[in-house]
Amino acid sequence: MALPRYTEPHYRAWHYLYLTICTAVFFFLIAPLFVIFPLSFNSEEFLVFTDGMMRLDPDAFSTRWYKDMVYGTKNPWGLAARNSFIIAFFATIGSVLLGTVAALGLSSRHMPYKGLIMAILISPMIVPLIISGVAIFFFMAKAGLAATHTGIILAHIILGTPFVVITVTATLSGFDHSVTRAAASLGSNPVNTFMKITLPLILPGVISGGLFAFVTSFDEVVVVLFLAGLESTTIPIQMWTGLREQLSPTILAVATCLIVLSTLILVTAELLRRRSERLRGINRH
Amino acid sequence: MNSETQKILTTDGIPLEVSLKKAERKNKIKAFLLVAPLLLFIIITYVIPIGSMLTRSIDDKMVTEMLPKTFKSMETWDGQELPPEEVFEAFYLDFQNLVDERREGKLSTQLNYTKNGFKSIIKKLRRKSKSFVEGNYKEQIMSVHKRWADVEYWQAIKRRAPAYTVQKYLKGIDMYKNDKGEIVNVSEDRRIHRLLWLRTIEVALFVTIFCFLMAYPIAHLLATLPMKYSNLLMICVLLPFWTSLLVRTASWMILLQQQGIVNDFFVFIGLVANDARPEMMYNKTGTYVAMTQILLPFMVLPLYSVMKTISPSLMRAGKSLGGTPFTTFWKIYFPLTIPGIGAGCLLVFILAIGYYITPALVGGASGTLISNQIAFHMKATLDWSFASAMGLMLLTGVLAIYWVYNKIVGIDNIKLG
Repeated sequence: MALPRYTEPHYRAWHYLYLTICTAVFFFLIAPLFVIFPLSFNSEEFLVFTDGMMRLDPDAFSTRWYKDMVYGTKNPWGLAARNSFIIAFFATIGSVLLGTVAALGLSSRHMPYKGLIMAILISPMIVPLIISGVAIFFFMAKAGLAATHTGIILAHIILGTPFVVITVTATLSGFDHSVTRAAASLGSNPVNTFMKITLPLILPGVISGGLFAFVTSFDEVVVVLFLAGLESTTIPIQMWTGLREQLSPTILAVATCLIVLSTLILVTAELLRRRSERLRGINRH
Repeated sequence: MNSETQKILTTDGIPLEVSLKKAERKNKIKAFLLVAPLLLFIIITYVIPIGSMLTRSIDDKMVTEMLPKTFKSMETWDGQELPPEEVFEAFYLDFQNLVDERREGKLSTQLNYTKNGFKSIIKKLRRKSKSFVEGNYKEQIMSVHKRWADVEYWQAIKRRAPAYTVQKYLKGIDMYKNDKGEIVNVSEDRRIHRLLWLRTIEVALFVTIFCFLMAYPIAHLLATLPMKYSNLLMICVLLPFWTSLLVRTASWMILLQQQGIVNDFFVFIGLVANDARPEMMYNKTGTYVAMTQILLPFMVLPLYSVMKTISPSLMRAGKSLGGTPFTTFWKIYFPLTIPGIGAGCLLVFILAIGYYITPALVGGASGTLISNQIAFHMKATLDWSFASAMGLMLLTGVLAIYWVYNKIVGIDNIKLG
């Protein structure tokens, strides 16, 4: 972004102001996340940077809060983590299956009432979460599924499918249908064509939709707050309770682990996006 | 001369037109069958329950069913003076049934919503009614407590006769039906919901504006920088986007607390005195700061994806025609980014208007929003019909915003990531 030499001084000043503003905004976006790292290694119980930490005194740092996270009895983080992973796993599988199949139908040019059906299918993403929470709670209570894992998994499938539908229909929009016709003309049945031709091509879209569904479920707290019983506590629920009662360094240890997890997801999602863009780029030429 | 055109037949001898239609229909059914499982699932578990919120919010059958005889006998009562003996007798019979089923507590809760003061007199009536003798129930009931001899309480009961009511909606905007059936405001000191609605809209609006002001420059920078730099900076946007909402809220709680880093910094640069550190959390400031940072990626991503498609040669063309950088930006670049601005603002505003977690944690009393009130009634007071009514009012607002947006910008113009 080097400026040409003939730039007038006031534009030059404006340009540097612009860069300063951008830097400040980026700092505002990312800096809060980095506060958590050092504080989670604090050896004291306070959530402030101690003098020892400022001096980088090794005694001021410890992993005691990580030990507390794993072995501590006050908050059942282990149980919460297990529940969260189980729920997110099944919710992702459900969302991906239902969403991908529906996206295939929606991308067909023969699909009637496409606009209306699309609006219904993505409505859980559009409606404020609190309303979804109330509505889903009423359904689950009536169906006798409140306070069960099944209920939470179903709720998260509802919330996760819109992402899968959107990403997969987006991938399918650049899809060259002549390849499936070619497969059919060579004697392949539709299932075989889907598994061998369509699926590998739309896989990046399916996986990134699945990642969205996974994160939605893994991070979801509003609906679970309405649905969860004592048994089905999840990481977000534990964090929510912890943050409401008392902000302890153990929560920061958990938060650090979650940031590491989200970094992994981010990297995966980015790699997939680039791959998908490359594949679609090839299709276009 | 044969004017009839020869119909084209398929090899099976069926007219091509018919055969084609059949194939089209088959394709239609096939496409629909693929969508059907998800569509049914969403309709049953989601769309219908939202509809059921409507019936729940206007449903007032509970009292109607608890006092069937009373309401029947009240039909002929004009409601001006104390009701006649039949009404008292019918009420006594209904009440005895409720006592047998141990449901009189529910009745008192319900009637108390309509008029304060029912709880104690129903309790008293239950105790005294055991020793009631047959006949002249009017005298006997009236002697239990002086409020039973007050016509206003009987009017209040009569108001619960219809099986449907809009009372919950009126309550949501701090109004109610008074004894004469007029719709009036509740007294000044009890108007909390209107304040909450206004605050919700205010917070959503300002968060949207803040997000827009912050997102526009960085989206522009991301879209114009060379790939290798912009990819790196994109991480700054995407990492918060993928990080748990609660983690981000927790980090704001640490930063904004009174002994927190932001306050430390203010003290360090001499903005505030060490012993007068401002409270930045558990109020509206906390809500604004945290929500802006949390929702910022939702503004940056649509803006970025639109700006990425704008060819830099347009700006060069504008400049070569004599436009200053400012006019080229304002006349060429800015109008082209409007679809992105629209999408980002819509997204952020709608997310903000239904926000629950962050205001509940950093908002304190002066930073809570309407969704906190809905959750409060769902979980604490268990007044589910009121929660449903407020939820539907919020939903109507959100749908109205979509509708207006669709009229002005067009939903199809939305570009997401």
